[in-house]
Amino acid sequence: MAAQPEPKPGHRQAGEILLKVENVDLAFGGVRALREVSFEVRRQQIFAIIGPNGAGKSSMLNCINGFYHPNSGTIAYKGAPRKRMRPYQAATQGIARTFQNIALFKGMSTLDNIMTGRHLKAKATLLENAIWFGRAQREEMEHRKFCEGIIDFLEIQQHRKTPVGTLPYGLQKRVELGRALAAEPELLLLDEPMAGMNLEEKQDMARFILDVNDEFGMTICLIEHDMAVVMDLSDHIVVLDHGEKIGEGSPEEVSSNPRVIEAYLGTSEEEGA
Amino acid sequence: MLYRESGQFKTTYAADQAILPIKQDLYFVILAILIAVAIPFFVSNYVIQALLLPFLIYSLAAIGLNILVGYCGQISLGTGGFMAVGAFAAWNLMARIPDMPPLVAFILAGLIAAGAGILFGLPALRIKGFYLAVTTLAAQFFLIWLLQRPWFVGYSPTGVISAQTIEILGWRVDTPVDRYLFALAVLIVMALVAKNLVRSATGRKWMAIRDMDVAAEIIGIRPMITKLKAFAVSSFFVGIAGVLWAYLYLGQLEAEAFDIYTSFDVLFMVIIGGLGSILGSFLGAAFVVIVPILLNVIPGALGLPLGTAMISYIEIFIFGSLIIFFLIVEPHGLARLWSIAKQKLRLWPFPY
Ligand SMILES: Nc1ncnc2c1ncn2[C@@H]1O[C@H](COP(=O)(O)OP(=O)(O)OP(=O)(O)O)[C@@H](O)[C@H]1O
Ligand SMILES: [Mg+2]
Repeated sequence: MAAQPEPKPGHRQAGEILLKVENVDLAFGGVRALREVSFEVRRQQIFAIIGPNGAGKSSMLNCINGFYHPNSGTIAYKGAPRKRMRPYQAATQGIARTFQNIALFKGMSTLDNIMTGRHLKAKATLLENAIWFGRAQREEMEHRKFCEGIIDFLEIQQHRKTPVGTLPYGLQKRVELGRALAAEPELLLLDEPMAGMNLEEKQDMARFILDVNDEFGMTICLIEHDMAVVMDLSDHIVVLDHGEKIGEGSPEEVSSNPRVIEAYLGTSEEEGA
Repeated sequence: MLYRESGQFKTTYAADQAILPIKQDLYFVILAILIAVAIPFFVSNYVIQALLLPFLIYSLAAIGLNILVGYCGQISLGTGGFMAVGAFAAWNLMARIPDMPPLVAFILAGLIAAGAGILFGLPALRIKGFYLAVTTLAAQFFLIWLLQRPWFVGYSPTGVISAQTIEILGWRVDTPVDRYLFALAVLIVMALVAKNLVRSATGRKWMAIRDMDVAAEIIGIRPMITKLKAFAVSSFFVGIAGVLWAYLYLGQLEAEAFDIYTSFDVLFMVIIGGLGSILGSFLGAAFVVIVPILLNVIPGALGLPLGTAMISYIEIFIFGSLIIFFLIVEPHGLARLWSIAKQKLRLWPFPY
């Protein structure tokens, strides 16, 4: 567990530590969602958190991006342990995420959703926007160009002007990924990016995740239930069960870990695919 | 065949991001402005005074409220109060500061209204929906009460004060036509500003807060500042509308002219016209201004004059049922019906 995993062939060597979670404990009333969880995410890694339902995976992501506040333990990002923070501060530091239940801006188009993801890069003030002059106009064009790149990458060109509320589920998940990518984050948190998708949609999404990681060197921390996908994509896996870390390592190490096998055998029937 | 988008391929993002990317829309707006400029010279002063001026000024107030309610998803029942703040701020600035140019006073008055908007918007950082509605309602009553204090009305015993005359670079805004043109100019400029804001990053942030504030915060939008900006900009618009109402329409200032019914009227315009639409603000204002007049005129012309009480019942009935209809069936209001009509026109005469 302590040893660093062997880099998977074909994947690049993981870099320095980007995120260090140490002894994080989180409780909701009587429920201990996380118990003394520790792990490290390294730059350029595709890092996966797995575990049965209710294991505390989403809660972990919520702690990382400042949505929940751990009762004890520390989270250090880029070497700096941080105090209580608001989610927008996590975004400012370069952490973006998608949600288990899609959290798009339903009344806005695909393009506007993705453009909104870019807002931290926009410097024009309210007054400049009001007269649509100089920086306001220039930035709008730059962002538009950038977002069109994302739209091409995610192959959602024909849905550019569609209100996202009317898009099918699989496409909404893509748009949400697009919105996160628009921020050019250093750490991308994906909460079950493939939940509820058919095989083809899953393959597309897996390809996007690999490409994002490969081409932009973005560090990715994802939660996923589909074991085949997790084993394929990830460099490093942490397994949670009842809020506790019960295993960690490369896909091979994790899949041969007796505790993990036990936890999964206990739930695999309900879990389905 | 009249309304075609096809063939107009955008070759640059700039063209697609233009304020009115479809040519026919641009022509429509230009035509509307030309008509708006010409119309006062062809109609009676009565029409200007009773129909056109209220339409222009209410449109401005509706745009302001729509920014807050339709774009940012916050509710306000304090529109009348903020209009009053604008109007009284302008009067006091001109009455107390010698040689204060009216235009400067008006802009400062808008800023003061924006300040009041920020102040009374602060609760929105903690509360939503019904509770926010109640807070803004309290703001409405408090502001009207405050503006009836003697200091604000220059110690006038009746509480009614007459508006100073507006003179800009030698142009005395006096006759109904003058007042109409002045209101029109202000409205065009400010509608343009509103349109720019809502299509920019600022507008997207408002809409993000409206659609899902949690997700907005996670992509780095600060809910507090974003909401307060919406309150400020909205109240600026509403405050200027209040200035115009006092100086161009009434010719005098009286806090009670901006009572809670004003707030409701503007809210009705926004709901009927279309939440989150600048065009809808115009349509809603037109509707709310015209319906009572039609109710007065049409039955009379048909030889069935209605009593005043009857007219106001019918009015309440029409507005009430329309609001229920739009809130339940079509929250995008008349503006949406308009765009559906355009959609049909786009395909006409081949509906498939
Ligand atoms: N806001 C909250 N309030 C109360 N309890 C919560 C809250 N969020 C999570 N929990 C509890 O914490 C535990 C872990 O939940 P979490 O959502 O993190 O699990 P998960 O691993 O993401 O599960 P799933 O695979 O179903 O998404 C659960 O028992 C859940 O009920
Ligand atoms: Mg979860």
